[in-house]
This record gives sequence, structure tokens and C-alpha cells, in this order.
Amino acid sequence: MSLQATTSQTVGPFFRIGFQWLNRENMAGEGVSGERIAIQGRVVDGEGSPVPDAILEIWQANAHGKYAHPDDTQDKPLEPAFDGFGRVPVNREGMFRFATIKPGPVPGPNGKEQAPHLLVSVFMRGLQRRLVARIYFPDEPRNADDFILNLVEPARRSTLIAKKTAGGLALLEWNVVLQGPEETVFFDLGL
Amino acid sequence: MKSVAAYRTPDPGTQPSHLHSSYISSLKRAPTKPQVLIPYTLSEVTGPLFRPEIVAPQASDLTRQHSGEPLGERIIVSGRVLDENSRPLADTLVEIWQANAAGRYLHEIDQHKAPLDPNFTGCGQAVTDAEGRYRFVTIRPGEYPWRNHYNAWRPAHIHFSVFGPAFATRLVTQMYFPGDPLIPFDPIFNCTADEKARNRLISVFDWETTMPEHALGYRFDLILRGREATPMEE
Repeated sequence: MSLQATTSQTVGPFFRIGFQWLNRENMAGEGVSGERIAIQGRVVDGEGSPVPDAILEIWQANAHGKYAHPDDTQDKPLEPAFDGFGRVPVNREGMFRFATIKPGPVPGPNGKEQAPHLLVSVFMRGLQRRLVARIYFPDEPRNADDFILNLVEPARRSTLIAKKTAGGLALLEWNVVLQGPEETVFFDLGL
Repeated sequence: MKSVAAYRTPDPGTQPSHLHSSYISSLKRAPTKPQVLIPYTLSEVTGPLFRPEIVAPQASDLTRQHSGEPLGERIIVSGRVLDENSRPLADTLVEIWQANAAGRYLHEIDQHKAPLDPNFTGCGQAVTDAEGRYRFVTIRPGEYPWRNHYNAWRPAHIHFSVFGPAFATRLVTQMYFPGDPLIPFDPIFNCTADEKARNRLISVFDWETTMPEHALGYRFDLILRGREATPMEE
């Protein structure tokens, strides 16, 4: 029998009381292998004002390019102390920051590897459904051949690539811009 | 590599779009450019999985998280988490949050002049069993005003968050109560164009789970997206 997926509804303004028990801004504890990175940024609305009631969820592979999930059948090692999940609320200024490791490349369409990337869900008051984006890495030669990035018009691809900061190689910046000329590219996953 | 089986696309009108002129908060937040349609890759068909032990045993009983009992009408909210192919989804994390019986959230930005309840936090978690079942004991949340339009009141509701087996199945929604006269006037409820789809957000009064001398039962099933039968050919 075929059912219809339940209708999505906004998280509203008070989601912190439901979500905070599982907040995770440091995704990779001690002993997890890989290049340590931190990503910080801001969520801003169509007037350039910070969005103080948003929350990001991150999903990523480990440094070997392996997801901690049974459907990833690649012959690559798991990292017992790394499950690839992050939950990162913004503060009153719409700022967020999380620490993780740079993921390895994972398989993509057409038998090609995808460039290293994080998946991001963005939830907030005002949006009835999450927004879905990806964070790619600067100075990553594989970006040029990435199947998903190449589906995006060239002028907008930079919205999905984190930027280097004055804080050094390990600190990257990536912003969620909801409207306007710098609007972040969001993906349609059908829902 | 093997090709990846896609998730089914929702029927038209059964899911809300981002922009709704009647829901004022969406106006400056809904993206204006078309979203980019992408194929499913290993990244989207995997997703976070949580060990059942992550949830404390008392986390599903919101009436026993403090020294005393919360005020209000005790209720039991239970149901199943299934996918669109009617498969029960076991071991999946379900999170809820809600207002107290007076219509007030334990949150610093909630300024509604209704009392907080020292015995009610208003959040809970559960992990589904082998048949996809979950069960919460809580109190019926109160209706409360919001500033979307003149004399705007939210119908009583409980927020639900479910993960399912993949990044693609993540769902956040709200559960409503049968017979609530505020439902037809609620812009959030009405954002979903398809009447049958939005009415499925209204829980069903349930004798089966009602406990004599104790609490009324409401049933609310959550349907997460299911996969296409066969992988897409590339």
C-alpha cells in the first residue's frame, strides 16, 4: 500500500527547548582522524538582518569518505568516535560555528567521486520546510568536476564553497543568505 | 558504482512551499531563486542514526520530569513511524516540544502573559520500537496568541521532529487536536494546499490507548518519504 509523506511544518520560534539536548557543535572528539576544521558564518534574511532563530544540522562522511550508515557499503574504515552528525543553533546575532574534520570524497553519479562536502539542513521560524545546501571546500581541485556543483549556474557556485578566513587554514566561513543577489543556492530534494 | 534508488517525489500540494503571503515570517526568509534539482547520491540516502540508549527512559513521559505533576489534562500521544511504502521504521528518533497547559513555552522569547509551570519543561524524546511505534505521556498544550495578524491564535499543537533512515527523510511537523475551532483560521496549518494532506496533521482520538481513570489517548502516525522501487538508470 502506498502512503503520502506527512506534511512538513515550521519549527517555529521555540524549537530550542526540543532540540538543545542534542546540540552538537563539536562533531569530532579526540582520536578522530582527519584534518581539523571549524566553520563559522551567519544566517541573514532578505533585508540583511541576522536571523536569530535558525538551526543547522550537518551530515558528513569521515576523513576516509565513509558514511557511518549501513547503506554505505564501501570498503573504507569507519571511525568509531565519529558519526557525522552535527546540530548547530545560531546565536542572537544569527552567528553559528562548529568544529569537525574535513570529509573524504564519496562516490557520486556517473561513477565519479564527488568533491568533499558537508550536507546542511537549515530550519527556522518562517519556513515551513527545511532548506538543503552543501558546504564545499576552498582550494579543492575536485570541485571543478563535482557533479552536483556543476548543476549550479557558475555565477552562484561560490555560495556553496566555504571561504578562507584570517583565522588561518583551519577556520572557514560559510553564510546562509536567504534572499537577494548573494542568495545561497538551495537544493530541491523533492521535499 | 551501483546507482542509488531515489526517494519518491511528493504529490503536488501535499507539501508547503517556502513562501506564503499569509505567514508573515516567510516573506523575508523564503528563498526567491528556484531551488536546484539534484539527483540522490550516497550523501542524501545515508543520514544520522542514533543508538536507542541516547534517549533516557523518562524522556518520553513529560509529566514525570520534575518533582511534582504538571497542571493540565494528561494525555497519551502515540502512533507509528512508517515510510510511504508502509514499512515501519524501527529505531528512529522522535523529538517533541510544546507549550504548557496555559499556552506558554519555557523559552525566554515567549512573552505571552500566561504562567509557566515549574513542573513542565515541554520537551521529550522517544525511539521507535521494531514496529515503528512511539508513545509519549504529556499534557494537552494550551492555545496561545501570536502576532501574525490581528487576533491571531495558534491552535493547540505539539511539534514533532523525526529523522528516519536518511538525510532525505528528515521531517519536522506539528500535530493538532481533533475539533479545535482555531484550526481553520491558522495560516501555518493552511500552508499546505491539499486538504487531505493537511488534515492528516490532526491527531485522532483513540479509545485503544486511552487509559481508564488516567488519560485520553490520541493517535498520530508519521509518514516519512519512501524510496522508489528501482534505482534510476544512469
